[in-house]
Amino acid sequence: MIEIRDVTKSYGSNAVVDRVSMTLPAGGLTSIIGPNGAGKSTLLSIVSRLMPMDGGQVLVDGLDVSRTAGDVLARRLSIMRQDNHITARLSVRDLVTFGRYPYSKGRLTAIDVEHIDRSIAYVGLKAFEHRFLDELSGGQRQRAFIAMVLCQDTDYMLFDEPLNNLDMKHAVETMKLLRRLADDFAKTVVVVLHDINFASAYSDRIVAMRDGKLAFEGAPKDMIEPSRLQAIFDVDCRVHAVGETRLVNYFE
Amino acid sequence: MQAEIKRASPAGVLVVTAVLALLSMLAFMTLGARGSWAFILSFRGAKLAGMVLVAYAIAVSTILFQTISGNRILTPSIIGFDAMYALLQTVMIFFLGAAGATAVDPRLQFVIETAAMAGFSVLLFRALFSGGTRSLHLLMLVGIILGGLFRSLSSFLQRILDPNEFVVLQDRLFASFNTVNADLLGISAIAVAAVTFVLWRLFPTFDVLSLGRESAIGLGVDHHRTVTILLVLIAVLVSVSTALVGPVTFFGLLVASLAWQITPTASHRFVLPIAVCLAIVTLVGGQVILERLFAFNTALSIVIEFVGGLVFIFLLVRGSAR
Repeated sequence: MIEIRDVTKSYGSNAVVDRVSMTLPAGGLTSIIGPNGAGKSTLLSIVSRLMPMDGGQVLVDGLDVSRTAGDVLARRLSIMRQDNHITARLSVRDLVTFGRYPYSKGRLTAIDVEHIDRSIAYVGLKAFEHRFLDELSGGQRQRAFIAMVLCQDTDYMLFDEPLNNLDMKHAVETMKLLRRLADDFAKTVVVVLHDINFASAYSDRIVAMRDGKLAFEGAPKDMIEPSRLQAIFDVDCRVHAVGETRLVNYFE
Repeated sequence: MQAEIKRASPAGVLVVTAVLALLSMLAFMTLGARGSWAFILSFRGAKLAGMVLVAYAIAVSTILFQTISGNRILTPSIIGFDAMYALLQTVMIFFLGAAGATAVDPRLQFVIETAAMAGFSVLLFRALFSGGTRSLHLLMLVGIILGGLFRSLSSFLQRILDPNEFVVLQDRLFASFNTVNADLLGISAIAVAAVTFVLWRLFPTFDVLSLGRESAIGLGVDHHRTVTILLVLIAVLVSVSTALVGPVTFFGLLVASLAWQITPTASHRFVLPIAVCLAIVTLVGGQVILERLFAFNTALSIVIEFVGGLVFIFLLVRGSAR
């Protein structure tokens, strides 16, 4: 369980995250949605202690993220960020191996190697494991970074806009992969998403933010509703039920 | 076949560079030796020890600096670490006079200068790193500007210095691999050994640090603490090399770029020792060629700075073209 209590982050007088409190239960896939500048990515960075907060507290399984030792937290919670620019020239396998660092500290055991092999195979990059990252397509690169998170094998996995710059096929593949992490491995997956229909189709819970504040939270069937979407995004839209899934048409 | 050539084994590259480094050291000790071996070995041995220490200090400090800054063009000397050293020397001669400065035990001087440089880099780091996430770039920019300030201050003081004292100062500041400062060999070796011990303990974090701040924190590295320690160690290494042979701006860049290029992996387990071997080959081998082929007609530092400067320009041009 991730408990977020009164978390605040401001630049000057402008609060990008404004006293947000919420609880993300263990298990399942939670999507965070909201317009640009709503503070979604900032909140995710604060939860994963990449960014210091100005006020409030974040507890992961009762561990305070700003007090707990880095390597203890790295075995509980991992994050994949939007921009993964790396100066070093790494192969897929090199990158995925880094996921074991919190456990191995650079000395790989047989168990570590097993994790690495399994993660690479799981994202379907076995044939590319010795390719360098700059020799991969965008979708393959994204999967390599997901494999690294998978290899870190933490209970909580946070993803900051993992679908950025991916085409339809790769976006669906990536989302299915995240879904399987929650279903097959009982991980708690938290994803910042821009595409409302992906959030609707793949989430167990949706959290909506606006202007640095928590706007709404709930199951997709309650969240994907014209009046709520209007309040979150300022966009008129129609909602269609297709089978179990509710799809949003915001083009007209 | 082609793929095999492209990805030569890192261990193979390391062995080749290590053999080259040993050969150049052997050549330096034995080539053209005439007369008493006891004298030659101790005379050349001191010079060799100095050059190897300098090669090690510059190679390791440059590679680590590039790792923590996530940048393959910046080096400690480019952001003004050695400008600070030059200023310290100038100020000392200016206030103590040439006689006074010479009277102070060089080892004590070395310790004070090293402490000042380490203190300065940590101060700069603390002041700038408390803020946002991009501040390593700010640190670089401030470093470059402060480097300019130190250089201007030094040259201002040098202008109003007594000409005799200026000669003493110039002698200290001119990079020369031919006249290694032998008084400082012992204490430099101790400093380098101490630095190496700490580096050894931090070794597993280097590769993680090269992924960048966010990824390193995500993997559980205490980024702030580790980078602070590394900056102090880099300051000590730069002090060692500058104290022994004077400031050399582009040598580190030359060696580090070559090492990143020829090492088929980005792992520091290979890049660091390969960079050290390359530095030894360049310094010691270059000195042998100069002494035996050109009969001391030119200074090695000039050649190295010339080639290193060209590499720097090449990297800049290629970087902007991308």
